Amino acid sequence: MSAVVDALSWACLLAGGFFCLVGALGLLRMPDFYTRMHAASVTDTLGAGLILLGLMLQAGPTLVAVKLLMVGLLLFFAAPVAAHALTKAAMTRGLAPKLAESDVSAPIPAFPSPPAPLPGGERGAS
Amino acid sequence: MLHAASVFLVLYAFWLLLSGLFTPFLLAAGAGCALAVLAFARRMDVIDREGHPIHLGWRALFSYWPWLIKEIAKSSWDVSRRILDPRLPISPTLARFRPSQKSELGLVIHANSITLTPGTVAVEVEAGEFLVHALTREGAAGLAGSEMDRRVAALEQKASP
Repeated sequence: MSAVVDALSWACLLAGGFFCLVGALGLLRMPDFYTRMHAASVTDTLGAGLILLGLMLQAGPTLVAVKLLMVGLLLFFAAPVAAHALTKAAMTRGLAPKLAESDVSAPIPAFPSPPAPLPGGERGAS
Repeated sequence: MLHAASVFLVLYAFWLLLSGLFTPFLLAAGAGCALAVLAFARRMDVIDREGHPIHLGWRALFSYWPWLIKEIAKSSWDVSRRILDPRLPISPTLARFRPSQKSELGLVIHANSITLTPGTVAVEVEAGEFLVHALTREGAAGLAGSEMDRRVAALEQKASP
């Protein structure tokens, strides 16, 4: 493998690792569940994407690279669906997001009846 | 029929690429499995424009995806900067807005693109209304009538005859 491809591959792997770390740090620093989802999505889009790209460059034009691409495609389709399902479930359960503006002019989460809290369960992270 | 043929080809290609072994037995087994899955999918009635949207064509792959990847990189960088900033400059906002897509497929593409972009998550997805949680006020303000909205609507419109 040429040195250029190797260097590019390592640059991608290091940058991907950096974004995974940033996402993890964001998970710790963010104030509530919904904002943590945003931090996590840095990890599973740019973090995972760059690591996969770096590994594809390492693999060269082989079947391994194709399989890595398939992993990437799976993430590309599954990650947003999972994130949407999680946030929707949280919202339906009545976990209120911490918002910058508390004066909501239009009543935003318009659910017919607020769901009962889980008995004895701990509600929400943070 | 075109959809069925395309599903078979995609499934068979998937088998071959994952297997990487081209002995006669495995080639035949792959074709058999692809046919079986095709038969199941036909029975479940999921081979249609929604389940296998080939009508979106190459335009989706070579025009929309690169643009989306660029957007993901840009907003990932923005969210990363906010995470690393000691002041944590976020202003979480919920926003409702009206997406301009007509078909369910278009709405799903738009909602998935919103969620895939760090900094915004689609919370509720209805035909005439999206509820989105955004990390910043600016992110929420830029949602209605965004370039993403226009691009997905164009993709959907050109695709439908």
